[in-house]
Amino acid sequence: MSQPSILVEGLTKSFGDVHALRGIDLSVPHGTVLGVLGPNGAGKTTAVRILTTLLRPDGGRAVVEGYDVVRDAAAVRRSIGLAGQSAAIQEELTGRENLEIIGRLYHLSWPRARSRAVELLEQFGLSDAADRAAKNYSGGMQRRLDLAASLVGQPRVLFLDEPTTGLDPRSRLGMWDIIRSLVADGTTLLLTTQYLDEADELADEIVVIDHGQVIAAGTSEELKGRVGGDVVEFTVPDRRRIDDAVAAIAKLGEGEPHADQDTGVVSTGVGGRGSAALIDTVRALDSAGIETAGLGLRRPSLDDVFLALTGHAAEEEDPPGKRKRGSRGRRRAERARSAPADDADSADHDENARATS
Amino acid sequence: MTAIAEPASLPGAGEPGLRTRFGWAVSDTLTITRRNLLVWMRVPAYLMFTVIQPVMFVLLFRYVFGGAIPVHVRGGYVNFLMPGIIGQTAAFATFGTAIALAQELKKGVIDRFRSMPMARSAVLAGRLVADTGRMLLTILIIVGVGYAVGFRFTNGVGGAVAMVVLATVFGLAICCISAYTGLAIGDEESVQAFGLIWLFPITFLSSAFVPIPSMPGWLQAFANNQPVTYVINTMRALALGGPVEASLWKSIAWLAGIFIVFLPLAVRAYRRAG
Repeated sequence: MSQPSILVEGLTKSFGDVHALRGIDLSVPHGTVLGVLGPNGAGKTTAVRILTTLLRPDGGRAVVEGYDVVRDAAAVRRSIGLAGQSAAIQEELTGRENLEIIGRLYHLSWPRARSRAVELLEQFGLSDAADRAAKNYSGGMQRRLDLAASLVGQPRVLFLDEPTTGLDPRSRLGMWDIIRSLVADGTTLLLTTQYLDEADELADEIVVIDHGQVIAAGTSEELKGRVGGDVVEFTVPDRRRIDDAVAAIAKLGEGEPHADQDTGVVSTGVGGRGSAALIDTVRALDSAGIETAGLGLRRPSLDDVFLALTGHAAEEEDPPGKRKRGSRGRRRAERARSAPADDADSADHDENARATS
Repeated sequence: MTAIAEPASLPGAGEPGLRTRFGWAVSDTLTITRRNLLVWMRVPAYLMFTVIQPVMFVLLFRYVFGGAIPVHVRGGYVNFLMPGIIGQTAAFATFGTAIALAQELKKGVIDRFRSMPMARSAVLAGRLVADTGRMLLTILIIVGVGYAVGFRFTNGVGGAVAMVVLATVFGLAICCISAYTGLAIGDEESVQAFGLIWLFPITFLSSAFVPIPSMPGWLQAFANNQPVTYVINTMRALALGGPVEASLWKSIAWLAGIFIVFLPLAVRAYRRAG
């Protein structure tokens, strides 16, 4: 089939005055992974909700596996799996029951629903926990169960909306391994993330979304090429001297240096001048009498790309008025606050993720 | 972006026929019903709300307040009280409906169901069937408790059955309102608070616990003309004997009105959920 698995053209969606999507184009070939990267409120979730038939677009069109998401929504639903930002599982039920019920709702026979649940529990390392209530699972296990649930119907296209948001680093790596193995079977995957390393790690192609528009697209390497060469980076342990450091090296790089006032990390793109720029930086900082730690030259990361493209770092909060999730975002924030005690752990992660995002 | 040749979207290949679709709708509804009942049995708080709380109300009104409430009913206050408590129990059972739907919405469970090729009607239908089932169970338990504290049906088996049926239909109507509020508000705590704000007044400011003539005039005006009073009066007449007709027709009209308004609202809120 020459048609892409997912095709999006000129997709728009507004909620009142808030323009969540301002004309997005995407094309995802079969069996590939598209990483949709952007900060909170960029429009990622809105795009996923339209592609999974949960929301109607205002304009443009979206086609999944040849079916229009509005006119042939039922056929789209037979082709896709969705795992959203929270684990959409019933916590009072066991892992096995959760999956069996989903299987029945995919119209599998009881024996088939049972065997499918066993297969998935096995595949996701949940066999030992199969008959425990999901509320006793760790955050990572709940996410795995949720992902397993999205695969019960053996979808050809899988949508994962921020699959690792709120997970601890170890669970995150485990999730990445699982996602890689899914892709190896030829499933088309659209993955949204705020984490640049995640897109870098998992996606064949990346689109960067900001304020409801695609601002860049390409492979990870291509996007890094947009920054143009290497980056000199160092940490200023004395936070009061960060601005002095920025001033001292302002002339050395290509464009403005970027300084993170919280971590003291200062970086600047130096193009192809690599080690010469490194020496200049050392001299400049030395003559200004600024102490540094971890000075070095590195290949650009997607963070640098995001900074170069948008002028702000990917994990900086949008200005308050520009949050685009409306009541849904508020609800999620409330959920994080009101999570019951046995969930406090994952709620904390959630809050941390949000605090830094 | 490569342009693709029209027609871009294939017709829904293998679209199932009407009979198959109906069969699936029934089977999906049963699956959701079973799921909801399983969840209900595992949450002690739900059991507390739907069984223990009404039992406490029976005991409280029977033995604490009852002595101070003069009624002219054969069998005394306990006979007056039980149809009222049963009606209130049916209404309060729908707290669970609103809370469960709000939770499912918040957790993304409803998003998942809506992104699956299952019957669109099944989530709401399964919710209403499961909640009506547990409501009926609660009503029967309360009737049993009532018998233990001296309540007696005095209008025959037919009247007793009709009373239970009416209480269940009334509960189902309130269930539609609660389903709508749960989906429209979408936040567990707000849903709970909102439930208290409307369910307490409409059940207590009625003929459920005290004879309306004992209330001040302005309150009588409300209590005499609201649906809970009509339903409770009908239930009381069915349980104990007496004129049924007038309050029955008004009950039916109110209940029909509630279904006509709130069932479509709930369906719409489900379609737009999230």
